[in-house]
Amino acid sequence: MDWSWGQLLSIIVSVTLVSNYVLSRFLGLCPFVNSSDRTDKAFGMGMAVTFVMTLASFVTYLLYTFVLRPDAPLFRSMLPDAMRPYGLEPVLRTVSYILVIASLVQLVETFMRKMIPALYKSLGIFLPLITTNCAVLGVTLLNTTDAPEELSLFLATFQGFFAGLGFTFAMPLMSGVRERLAQLPVPEPLKGAPITFICTGLMALAFLGFAGMA
Amino acid sequence: MDDRKFIVSSSPHIRGPEDITRIMWAVVVALAPAVVWGIFVFRDARPAGTRWCHWMPLYPAFIAALAVATAVATEAAIQRLRGIRVTIRDGSAIVTGLLFAMIISPCVPWFVPIVGSFFAIAIGKHCFGGLGCNIWNPALIARAFVLSSYVFPLTSVWHYPADSITMRLGKETDAITRPTPLAAVKDPLKSLNKQAEAANKRALLEKVRADNRTPYRDLLFGNIGGCLGETSALLLLLGGVFLMLRGYVKWQIPIPYLATVALLGWALPVKVQGEWIAFAGDPVFHLLAGGLFLGAFFMATDMVTSPITKKGMIIFGIGCGLLTVIIRIYSGYPEGVCYSILLMNTAVPLIDRYTKPVKLGAPR
Repeated sequence: MDWSWGQLLSIIVSVTLVSNYVLSRFLGLCPFVNSSDRTDKAFGMGMAVTFVMTLASFVTYLLYTFVLRPDAPLFRSMLPDAMRPYGLEPVLRTVSYILVIASLVQLVETFMRKMIPALYKSLGIFLPLITTNCAVLGVTLLNTTDAPEELSLFLATFQGFFAGLGFTFAMPLMSGVRERLAQLPVPEPLKGAPITFICTGLMALAFLGFAGMA
Repeated sequence: MDDRKFIVSSSPHIRGPEDITRIMWAVVVALAPAVVWGIFVFRDARPAGTRWCHWMPLYPAFIAALAVATAVATEAAIQRLRGIRVTIRDGSAIVTGLLFAMIISPCVPWFVPIVGSFFAIAIGKHCFGGLGCNIWNPALIARAFVLSSYVFPLTSVWHYPADSITMRLGKETDAITRPTPLAAVKDPLKSLNKQAEAANKRALLEKVRADNRTPYRDLLFGNIGGCLGETSALLLLLGGVFLMLRGYVKWQIPIPYLATVALLGWALPVKVQGEWIAFAGDPVFHLLAGGLFLGAFFMATDMVTSPITKKGMIIFGIGCGLLTVIIRIYSGYPEGVCYSILLMNTAVPLIDRYTKPVKLGAPR
């Protein structure tokens, strides 16, 4: 596979800063808002999402290339004639991707319950909810079907990993802000989720500074 | 025994003369020369296309007054609505309004200072609980907000002091769009790729820079286009030194900030026709141009939104400098002071946590 260092660098800058999945594309806001009230929890959630994103990018890329694409080699002969020009992509894309993500999340969950029970308990429902995390699905889609330009397997996995790191980078920042918010006399109607969303918006405004970086 | 001699109260028992009011008014005094000079320099600035305010003398003064008035009015209204004491006399809203007016172009339409000041006070400050609670600098977050809302008037319409003369001569000009000193150096680099490939790219870079460079004297005394309050680097420096002498601004933020900008402004590589050229920047230009002094002395040092510990302040200053130069050189914007400080504001809670001083005698 051909790639250059400049390409890698531009992927890193792009997915962590310029179009950060949380702060610029506004994907994956549910774990961002719900698991960012404490830094250790935020970091744990970030790591879990990074793991899932990286592996999901890898697996879905293979899935896409070998099964879903119109010119994919597998199952091609079994398709009815009317579907041949489109391949399995329009039918199975979302379902199969979610299936991949869900099994990866199951893996993380099993691992965490055994190895880091405290973190497992504090993440609660939001750990299995990574399954339906739009950021993870977003990364896999932007790697394969909706990619602005076609990526290789390595670049897709690389992009998935750094998209996760970008998420992990934003999480502790937000948790720091929220730990401070907990001590502030925030007006009653704004307490909790509203002020968190306002902070997310203001953080996104600050991240606009990276716009146009290439 | 006379009980009245025993007064029970909680600490602090000895209070200094410093309070919010005093500090805020000192900031106003420190900002005043730069603002007055900005208004004078841009006295002929006009918004593009808005006919009805063309008769108005001193349009920049109108902009500044609108920003301050909106900030104070918003503060009073919100404090009344929240049922807390109205504290517009402490000057903090005035400082916010004034700072906001200083970081927008003097040619903005009249609604920009109103929207911006309202956003600064309502969203930037009172959503978090009021004075001393905000996480981002209200004036800067308002600037980021209006910059993404009204892109054209805030990024493309600038006034050059020299244009006043052309306008006097009766030439029909609204506002002349010309780049600010930072954009004047940055923009030609993009078009270099279209030119014939040069043998010595470093020489080419230096030639382009020299052709488009604003003289240091103009940067120092404010004979440049730009935001209302960042014309004269000298007056801003004067105000900053005044605040440092009064002890309201610690050296731990501005000095590392300026040093980092000078160092990285010189060192970071620039791409010229496909080749990266490092160590070619002009540190003095990076220091004097744009809003660096305004940001380093008045914005980054905001007591509420900067770290508490000295070590944290140094980290904060270096971080601001790093991000400023990175945004100036590599991002789509010519100036990075505003965003760099906002980004570092985001990190302040974490910086504070990890630079917490160790208790005396605590196990290490």
